[in-house]
Amino acid sequence: MIRIQQSRIQQTFEKLTASHKKALITYVTAGDPSLAVTEQLVLAMEEGGADIIELGIPYSDPLADGPVIQRAAKRALQAGTKIDDIFALVANIRSKTQVPLVFLVYFNPVLQYGLQKFLTTCHHSGVDGLIIPDLPLEERSQLQEILTSTGYPIDLIPLVAPTSAQRVPALVAKGSGFVYCIAAMGVTGQREEFFLGLEEFVHGIKAHTATPVALGFGIGSPKAVHTLRDYADGLIVGSAIIQRIEDCITNKKTPEISRVVTDFVRELRVALDSF
Amino acid sequence: MSTQVATGRFGQFGGQFVPETLMNALIALEKEFTIIGDDPQFQAEYLDYLKQYTGRPTPLYFAKNLTEQLGGARIYLKREDLNHTGAHKINNVVGQILLAKRMGKKRIIAETGAGQHGVATATVCAMFGLPCEVYMGEEDVRRQSLNVFRMELLGATVHTVSSGTCTLKDATNEAIRDWVANVDETFYVIGSVVGPHPYPTMVRDFQRIIGDEARRQILEAEGRLPDYLVACVGGGSNAMGLFYPFSQDYNVRFIGVEAAGHGIDTAQHAATITKGSVGVLHGMLTYLLQDKEGQILPVHSISAGLDYPGIGPEHAHYHETNRASYVSITDQEALGGFYKLCRIEGIIPALESAHALAYLEKLVPKTNADQLIILNLSGRGDKDVHTVADATGGVK
Repeated sequence: MIRIQQSRIQQTFEKLTASHKKALITYVTAGDPSLAVTEQLVLAMEEGGADIIELGIPYSDPLADGPVIQRAAKRALQAGTKIDDIFALVANIRSKTQVPLVFLVYFNPVLQYGLQKFLTTCHHSGVDGLIIPDLPLEERSQLQEILTSTGYPIDLIPLVAPTSAQRVPALVAKGSGFVYCIAAMGVTGQREEFFLGLEEFVHGIKAHTATPVALGFGIGSPKAVHTLRDYADGLIVGSAIIQRIEDCITNKKTPEISRVVTDFVRELRVALDSF
Repeated sequence: MSTQVATGRFGQFGGQFVPETLMNALIALEKEFTIIGDDPQFQAEYLDYLKQYTGRPTPLYFAKNLTEQLGGARIYLKREDLNHTGAHKINNVVGQILLAKRMGKKRIIAETGAGQHGVATATVCAMFGLPCEVYMGEEDVRRQSLNVFRMELLGATVHTVSSGTCTLKDATNEAIRDWVANVDETFYVIGSVVGPHPYPTMVRDFQRIIGDEARRQILEAEGRLPDYLVACVGGGSNAMGLFYPFSQDYNVRFIGVEAAGHGIDTAQHAATITKGSVGVLHGMLTYLLQDKEGQILPVHSISAGLDYPGIGPEHAHYHETNRASYVSITDQEALGGFYKLCRIEGIIPALESAHALAYLEKLVPKTNADQLIILNLSGRGDKDVHTVADATGGVK
């Protein structure tokens, strides 16, 4: 029996719970506009108050993503971003911070890399969790089994949708780290309206698991963060950050990206923590 | 050839690699699809529409001139081009829309490449009074503008997709995104034997009418089964529709013809099985044109309907088990097949079907006069005359 140690994600949620705080989870696409900038952005987001950072692995066909993250993936691929370079980036970031890092990765790049090799490289470079939006419960047993056999403290983070209904118990039973709760129908991207009955939805999930629950999809402003913070243990913000990065690139203000992102994440942090 | 609906796999291929949001919709679809398979009333209604509305059965035409000119096996053309809307696509659309109505869906979406599937979907939606939205890549909107106009005439909304490579793959991504956002009221009519389970099985079953008829017709005409079935393959629905009813007839050889574009040794082709490797796209594990990192590669074919980097999972299984062989034909060769059928049989074929026709030049010399070939003439070529004129230096 392999003893599985606690992951950085689990440790982070424990610390937050102890201090009665919610998790702020932020997203950037790796390699947008370059891996050097991505490294700065991870540190900038941590400085702004992010507890967990998602790194999107750029993919040619990101079918769970809206236009903002699609464009980020396109920029990253055009810049020649390769998976091994992203792993090297993670290893480099790990020498500077222990902030939990989660890959948001579509399944095909994982499959082509090789499941075992991908998990091993994640572990050695310092990746703490995986979110694979196109690998539902029905298709994840092989990856799950390999991960279990290795004993690596990597969380396979389950996604739960407003349409999941009777599937919820099985979905949360297999995942760890946190439960990624999809707050709006559709693809990623900032919006004003969320799934009606969000509170009930989250309660329905929490009834089946002690794993922390984080809400994502569509949350893009301090106001939304403030409105939704009581529903879950954490909130995930992605497209709104990417939009700011894109604006900097478009306006030829790339040197200011880190500061812009730190400031925005700090605003989100304040909205999450303030009374 | 075992086909396991229960797991949605054909050998190792197929599956359901989709966002969690869609899983319950796929489960509900599979359940309903299983029920209608055993429901004589549904089957009778489906066949009645195919007869009265789309004009089935389509003829199995003995192509005497083509046979004489090529000097080998007797060549029969399965005239799917004679269906209402001009291609085999409508067989599947009628089935799926009847299913959508039965499931109480209020809105229909579809992706389209050449536009034939989009036109068929818009057509059947018009008849049933259902709102229809079709996703089509910008590049295809340009080269198939006639079909865009047809869809609009039929009351459909056409969304131009400008992401990625602006072709069928990207139109499919966008249709899936729409479906994720509107899954409760929306039925996604997929146009080929691709996508997550149960689509590849369902589309095959709604297209097998091609092979069921052809099998009966060739037995009537020749008193025996054919030696070869030949069909073009993009996603692979016309080929699978023809092949599947013969799958237990092991003396009948299946040949799928892929698009070699400018040549399979260039970067501009769509020969998925010939040059691809196994991966996941659009909810299925299958052969794909991709790089080592798993990024999907841009593809090219003169024919918009074959311009797709994947192939149906059952074809991948047929390839792996050697039940079918897959070959490829270049743009230039396809144009040759196109011209030949126009001139000697008086039939303007779709550029997709022209790939299958062009392969006859390679196949027939290896056959003798006692052998039989059925070629699926999957669509008519009116939509392609501009493309052909452009490719051959204008209208002569």
